[in-house]
Amino acid sequence: MNAALKFLPHEHLKAWLEELAGTMRVLAPQKEGAAVVYRAFDPSREPELIRKPTESAKHILFPRSEALFAFHKKKAPFAPDSLNPDGSQAEKEEPATPAMELTPPEQPGPTVVFGMTGCDAGGVTTFDPVYGGRYQDPYYLQRREATVLIARACNEALSTCFCTWVGGDPANRRDADILATRLENGWLLEPLTERAERVLGSTLLGDAGEAEAREAEALHAKARAAIGEAPDLTGIEDALPALFDDKDFWWSESAACLACGACTYLCPTCHCFTITDEKAGLSGVRLRAWDTCMAALYTLEASGHNPRGQKAARLRNRVGHKFAYFLKNHQGRISCCGCGRCIKSCPSSVDIRRIVLNALKRAKGKEAANG
Amino acid sequence: MADDIHGALREAIRTILPDVECVLGWGSGPDPLRSAPLFMKSPEDVERFRAGELAVNNLAVFLPEYAGRKVGIVVKGCDSRSVVQLISETLVKREEVVIIGYPCRGVVDVAKIAAAIGLGNEDLEAGLVERAEVNGDTVSVTVRGETKTFPFKDVMAAKCSICRYPNAVLHDVFIGEKAEAREDSYADLEKYEAMSLEERFRFWEKEMERCIRCYACRNACPLCVCRDHCVASSREPHWLSQADSTRDKLFFQLIHATHLAGRCTGCGECARACPVGIPVGLFKRFINRAAGQLFGFQGGLDPEAVSPLQRFLVDEPTIKEKEWK
Ligand code: SF4
Ligand code: SF4
Ligand code: SF4
Ligand code: SF4
Repeated sequence: MNAALKFLPHEHLKAWLEELAGTMRVLAPQKEGAAVVYRAFDPSREPELIRKPTESAKHILFPRSEALFAFHKKKAPFAPDSLNPDGSQAEKEEPATPAMELTPPEQPGPTVVFGMTGCDAGGVTTFDPVYGGRYQDPYYLQRREATVLIARACNEALSTCFCTWVGGDPANRRDADILATRLENGWLLEPLTERAERVLGSTLLGDAGEAEAREAEALHAKARAAIGEAPDLTGIEDALPALFDDKDFWWSESAACLACGACTYLCPTCHCFTITDEKAGLSGVRLRAWDTCMAALYTLEASGHNPRGQKAARLRNRVGHKFAYFLKNHQGRISCCGCGRCIKSCPSSVDIRRIVLNALKRAKGKEAANG
Repeated sequence: MADDIHGALREAIRTILPDVECVLGWGSGPDPLRSAPLFMKSPEDVERFRAGELAVNNLAVFLPEYAGRKVGIVVKGCDSRSVVQLISETLVKREEVVIIGYPCRGVVDVAKIAAAIGLGNEDLEAGLVERAEVNGDTVSVTVRGETKTFPFKDVMAAKCSICRYPNAVLHDVFIGEKAEAREDSYADLEKYEAMSLEERFRFWEKEMERCIRCYACRNACPLCVCRDHCVASSREPHWLSQADSTRDKLFFQLIHATHLAGRCTGCGECARACPVGIPVGLFKRFINRAAGQLFGFQGGLDPEAVSPLQRFLVDEPTIKEKEWK
């Protein structure tokens, strides 16, 4: 049994978060209108720890829009032509080269996220190889290192949840820094990485033992059972490319799609961005903002040509990237954590599970037909 | 919804199927409360068709994609007005669409049901619903093995309790007895109008703070017809910045609302589509009422009409000019 297990009585939760807020930025899910979103912990309000957050937690590490730097262009001083007293042309001073002043943005300091779902933590570890692998993104890596992720185990699954299909688990121990399980009398906190130590020193936390661990395990097993049997997705990374030119398939799967960005912007694993300079006069800021492959502009080329002019091609990219191309680039990891937000919040009820299963079936059928 | 109407609707769909590429209707969604658009091509597809209180999506949004091909569409009253408006704007050809109407009693607001099934102060999620059933005037929903029943009117979409056109305003086939129309006095706006401008601005600032700029509100709108060429995402012209600012988000809502002035038919899809529940329909309600008061015009009633902001008249008959000009 893990000796480092901690127990936080329910009545101490807010005091503990408040204590942490003294030295770090504390974020937790909060009800806002009909949605649940991440906000700075507010001791006057209850964090929402039952409903699943409407948005994923990815913006905490990868903001919707962030300044890469601010710039200010210093104009060279004006050097007028001048004449000598005898009327001849005076020697002209070399104009100074215009200078560009760059200011790096401020980065948030130590942060802790309490109460994200396990699948959301899975989203973070699909970001890691993208921004911390072959290409090292200093902005992302700085935030990632400064942030302690506390995932809560899910006690029940929604109709749209499917984390177990893609290697996840309602009690996800693979991806977060701490796994928190809501027991009857308090939270069981299980440290999973070294980062966990930064937040577990409080005297408000007690030690937990066998009994709490058993209570948690029973809840985890119940949630797992609620999600049901996961289908076998073996071969999906070949099935999708095999259907790349299958117009009928993609047209029918995308018929209901509105080509908005709800699915990709709520998705914990979607990580595409676009860069724009927002400037006024000589100053401005270079922004990196989220982008979505469901939008036409995403692939619009300077010539005016758009290789993904139709929504079918865009949906193909979304599903293909998550269930095929990403696997090939990143050691078989599926870049979907099964949170189901893209299904739950799709205004047209487009269901990525159905597309993946249909693709497997159709590719198998084709293979059989081709002998 | 009554089984006989369902049967007759299925029959009507099957009848037109040979003449059209597909028929747009509704099928089941990811859970018992939610439906999904259904594109019917074969009689087997028609078996999966269901209309009624759960058939929330406005399928008119898809029609312009089928330009040049003939399709069928099943419409509620509000959906039919979108079709009419699209026809009046020449974005859909009348001869390319077969319209099947039925009397609409209203549709559910899934968010209202989710709030109503909450136990104690815990509001639950539609995704926990195991079973849902609409029986006449009540809705029964089963969550965690427990069934709760509420009056349908309590969980009906707001647009439906003020629906003036529950029956298709234009149709080729109409199945069933016409439903009764209701009145709309724009009473929902009073609460906002009572706020000072400053309060109103704070209200919207707070609401827009959680906007993720996904533009589901725009893309679910059947009359947001610029599609892939919206100024909101364009870099040229570069009107909106890419900053995560409430100013830009609010700016987009005002663009959407003004572009919909006199064209919006009040189908409510913009607000329904918003994943974070921002009441973006309010902007259009305000501007729609203004268009009605100024021009005496409502969109989506007459396929021959031209919306006031899409035409130019030297003298607007409904606007009293100054005595001298
Ligand atoms: S799948 Fe749904 S959420 Fe995603 S772009 Fe299409 S309509 Fe929008
Ligand atoms: S693809 Fe859908 S289910 Fe998978 S992680 Fe993204 S939002 Fe969640
Ligand atoms: S607005 Fe009218 S026609 Fe539309 S769903 Fe509601 S009751 Fe039906
Ligand atoms: S649908 Fe909602 S979140 Fe998305 S852009 Fe519109 S207002 Fe913002």
